[in-house]
Amino acid sequence: MSVLELRSVSRRYGQGASEVSALSDVSMRVEAGELVAVMGPSGSGKSTLLTIAGTLEEASAGEVLIDGVAVSALSGDDRAALRRHRIGYVFQDFNLLSGLTAVENVALPMELDGEARSKARAAAMAVLARLGLSEFADRFPDELSGGERQRTAIARAVVGQRRLLLADEPTGALDSVNGDSVLRLLRQACRDGVAGVLVTHDARLASQTDRIIYLRDGYVVDESSARPGPESLLVNEPPR
Amino acid sequence: MSMRHALLALLSDGPSYGWKLRQDFEARTGEVWPVNGQVYTTLQRLERDGLIEADEADVDGAQRRFQLTEGGRDELARWLQTPAELSAPLREDLVIKVMVALGLAHVDARALLQVHRRHLVEVMREYARVKDAAPDDVNLAMVADAEVFRLDAQVRWLDLVESRIAESGSQMRAKSAAGPAVLPHRRAKVGRRG
Repeated sequence: MSVLELRSVSRRYGQGASEVSALSDVSMRVEAGELVAVMGPSGSGKSTLLTIAGTLEEASAGEVLIDGVAVSALSGDDRAALRRHRIGYVFQDFNLLSGLTAVENVALPMELDGEARSKARAAAMAVLARLGLSEFADRFPDELSGGERQRTAIARAVVGQRRLLLADEPTGALDSVNGDSVLRLLRQACRDGVAGVLVTHDARLASQTDRIIYLRDGYVVDESSARPGPESLLVNEPPR
Repeated sequence: MSMRHALLALLSDGPSYGWKLRQDFEARTGEVWPVNGQVYTTLQRLERDGLIEADEADVDGAQRRFQLTEGGRDELARWLQTPAELSAPLREDLVIKVMVALGLAHVDARALLQVHRRHLVEVMREYARVKDAAPDDVNLAMVADAEVFRLDAQVRWLDLVESRIAESGSQMRAKSAAGPAVLPHRRAKVGRRG
């Protein structure tokens, strides 16, 4: 069963002559262990796709399923619980709370969800260790570089029982080296068992994911296959 | 990429054999460029031009060992400091293809741009995979990065073309109805490679 499935999802804003279509008939599936890029220019609908996948916004038509459960069938409270328990977000601006250390930031979603502080902290330490970030645990955000903050934000997004990781231009504020390390961590987090969706306009970033969905004007216009196999990459043109 | 100068650079570290130079060249370029027999023919030419010579250790004749001459050292220094040829526009196949296509009424420009975008990104993915397969090979990573950035620049250019078409769609259509667009090679010979 796919962690995330969109079935013919459309999203329209406004009515009548002023109606604007942000997403049109989008279908996609994302499996556990997979990181999928949704690539498109600004205005292509990729952020709308992410907010609908994250149940922050409702589809005008079609269906969103998370772990096989149709989101539209859930009550408001159940939807909020699903969002808190199962979905993690990573944004361009890391959104860490400056008064909390890295491990406290990572533990926060679980604590807000009613988990005991000690248990939440243990889960946060575990995810930091799994992602190789233990050394950041007791540092405050202003003691971390931009790349380190974003890596902490990724740990926060997958802490506990989260199954779906949604990232919106997560390397937009970072240089190439830090951007690459953030992407490696996203991939690692997905390989550990969550399903990841990364929306970006950046081909270099998208090329490091398992699969790419191209969005234009709210439509899926193209899709790449799974990552290429181990065939040799040899440039035919020899040096002169 | 100049094989001549790459060999001069390798020999500036000290005398070496043909087989060793070939091995070093491939290792330093992350084995992205297979060179086959080119090393030996290039060595012959460098020797003919007086830029390298067989050194004194060349006794049994079975394996020749080469070293730089003074002239070779000068040539290497000159090459390293010469700016890469970037100022004149490249005769870029993709650019020409897209510019031609935009002037054709029957071509769906956005679909065509996507075909090329997808192809470029697929090649970028292969480089990402190559880097993943050898995470400790720094030379390979640097050469692959150079290719990825080059391809990325082309994808960005396609994105920009697409947004320019969207912005000036009506003008473009009017233009194409009036006749074919002026192609780059018909423009004045500004910046053309000599």
